[in-house]
Amino acid sequence: MAAPALPSFTERSAAFARACFNGPVNIAISLACIALLVWLVPPLFNWAVVNATWNGTAATCRENGGACWAFIREKFWFSVFGLYPYEERWRPGTMLVILVTLVICSTFRVFWNKWLLIAWVVAAPTMLILMGGGYFGLTPVPTRLWGGITITGIIAVYGLALGYPLAILLALGRRSNLTLVRWFSTVVIECVRGVPLISLLFMAAIMLPLFLPEGITLDRLARVLVAYTIFTAAYMAEVVRGGLQAMPRGQYEAADAVGLSYWQKMRLVILPQALSITIPSQVNTFIGLFKDTTLVIVIGVFDFFTTLRSALGDPNWLGFPTEAYVFAAGVYFVLCFAMSKYSQKLERDFQPAQR
Amino acid sequence: MKLTAFAAAAAAFMVFGPVEALAGRDLDQIRSRGTLRCGVQGPSNPGFGVPDSQGRWQGFNVEICRAVAITIFNDANRVEFVPVTSQSRFPALAAGEVDILSNNSTWTLTRDSNVNRFNFPAIVFYDGQSVMVPRRLNVTSARQLNGATVCVQPGTTTELNLNDFFRQHNLRFTPVVISDLDELRRAYDSGRCDVFTNDFAALAAQRTLLTRPADHVILPERISKEPLGPVIRQGDEELTNIVAWTVFALIEAEELGINMANVEQIAGSSTNPLVRRFLGVEGNMGESISAARADYARQIIRQFGNYGEIYNRHLGPQTPLGLDRGQNNIWTQGGLLYAPPAR
Repeated sequence: MAAPALPSFTERSAAFARACFNGPVNIAISLACIALLVWLVPPLFNWAVVNATWNGTAATCRENGGACWAFIREKFWFSVFGLYPYEERWRPGTMLVILVTLVICSTFRVFWNKWLLIAWVVAAPTMLILMGGGYFGLTPVPTRLWGGITITGIIAVYGLALGYPLAILLALGRRSNLTLVRWFSTVVIECVRGVPLISLLFMAAIMLPLFLPEGITLDRLARVLVAYTIFTAAYMAEVVRGGLQAMPRGQYEAADAVGLSYWQKMRLVILPQALSITIPSQVNTFIGLFKDTTLVIVIGVFDFFTTLRSALGDPNWLGFPTEAYVFAAGVYFVLCFAMSKYSQKLERDFQPAQR
Repeated sequence: MKLTAFAAAAAAFMVFGPVEALAGRDLDQIRSRGTLRCGVQGPSNPGFGVPDSQGRWQGFNVEICRAVAITIFNDANRVEFVPVTSQSRFPALAAGEVDILSNNSTWTLTRDSNVNRFNFPAIVFYDGQSVMVPRRLNVTSARQLNGATVCVQPGTTTELNLNDFFRQHNLRFTPVVISDLDELRRAYDSGRCDVFTNDFAALAAQRTLLTRPADHVILPERISKEPLGPVIRQGDEELTNIVAWTVFALIEAEELGINMANVEQIAGSSTNPLVRRFLGVEGNMGESISAARADYARQIIRQFGNYGEIYNRHLGPQTPLGLDRGQNNIWTQGGLLYAPPAR
């Protein structure tokens, strides 16, 4: 069956205009909106484009009066690499390229085969060695110095990749018939969800070393990753449990009836459905967790947002917080919007029957 | 046989073990690690500690740590800078995540006490809460501010000091509380309040960002004392000495007129016994505080200059912050910086 032809642009604009001006209330609202736009847009445009400074120093910016994009330009690579040693910036650069390529590849279903999994398994340690050095003649760079968008990417990707399977186990555990397993999962989920991420990070970074026996040290970033992963797992587990709960009883009984074992039942029947119906809330949770990565500053890790806040203190570039925050907001919006768009695509792919 | 070897090793440990532990526990740890872990204010503190566009830490507090590293290792690069926040700085120091804080921490009794067990070997910057007013108000003293609207950051000692000051002088005021410093400055700049209060150094930095900086004046009163300096854990006398005498060396050098440009020449030609001892030409003062070299002071000055040079490079009138020396001048110039004699 051929899809009906889309109405042309003129037809759609005419329909839009009719919808905006059909009746006194709509006319009033439309006029108010237009007035608001006229009032807001020109000054904003003047600030962001007409009077903006794209090149030069803080003095040029203050003279021009508009947005100081020269500041963002000056600090751009700092926001990507943070405190990573300048001479070695090619390493996080390469790592970012690998990471982004892998993430993009992973979003296409044609690549969903064992090679992708192998690529991830090979790339994960490779990227860490590239960053950390100490092998193949690379200068060791302590994780303390990793920063910028690089560290945001590492924490978000590794946190989710490690937290997701854990979340599924916790969700299954919480619905298990084995009392001990059920209790354990419940306690973990409730305890972790019961405290803010910031205190969990604080515990991992500052308190944990006090409890570890003398001489045993765990890398700071590793501790933070563990805390973030557990936090991710606890939140995701409840989303997954929602999906499990929503499965009709018949699905479980049918799987039992064909003689599937517990793990087969979950893997082949229940989880694929439960996970696909919860895509919107999974992405919702993940977007929230992604933005929470900025909290790692409490333990002194300079993520993307913190590098910009740090750049605000440069004595040569004092007084351009608006530009920095607009830039940060833009970057976060693009990333989160991409995730949201992707989740919508996944929903369409997985649930053709329900549309 | 094995038993004999073990006994010999045990005997050797009993004989040599305690001898090796000459320095304090923290200093030993710093030496065996090979780097000094220095806690600096994150995300940044203009003039005091900021990563530049290439990610390298720069600033007044940063160079203090580098100077300490010269004293310990004779190498300014043996420092790892660890960003700490106002909340995490003391736990980080207590837990040994950092060896020293160089992040504008105020020396107070509680922090120095046997409860918190921190130690403030020396003061590197005398700060204090100040108030800024528009010049047109013709105010010369903070006591004339009865009924004023005051822009202040909430939840800080700044707010408490402000309350104390106005109560003490029987004055009334209306606070405008905004936690973000940039927002607060805009509120003041647009006239929402008559007075802007913060620590002097921060206030001076904020003044440069006003529409017309020259139209505003920072009043001479300091309504609180904020002596800032490096902090270490209590209980390591050797490290205390090293930090203290590193700071004193910077101050002493300025008093003696020794700077980056003339240090080598003075070391070569001076006949003044005080200068000769100070620069390590004679005597062993460096060794007696467990410094890496007898002439540690000379090495510091050669690389970073004296206190005044470090100050002027990052905070002084030629920098965007434009801070006058004020209290942070040496005592012979009317300031508070006074180093005990190096003899």
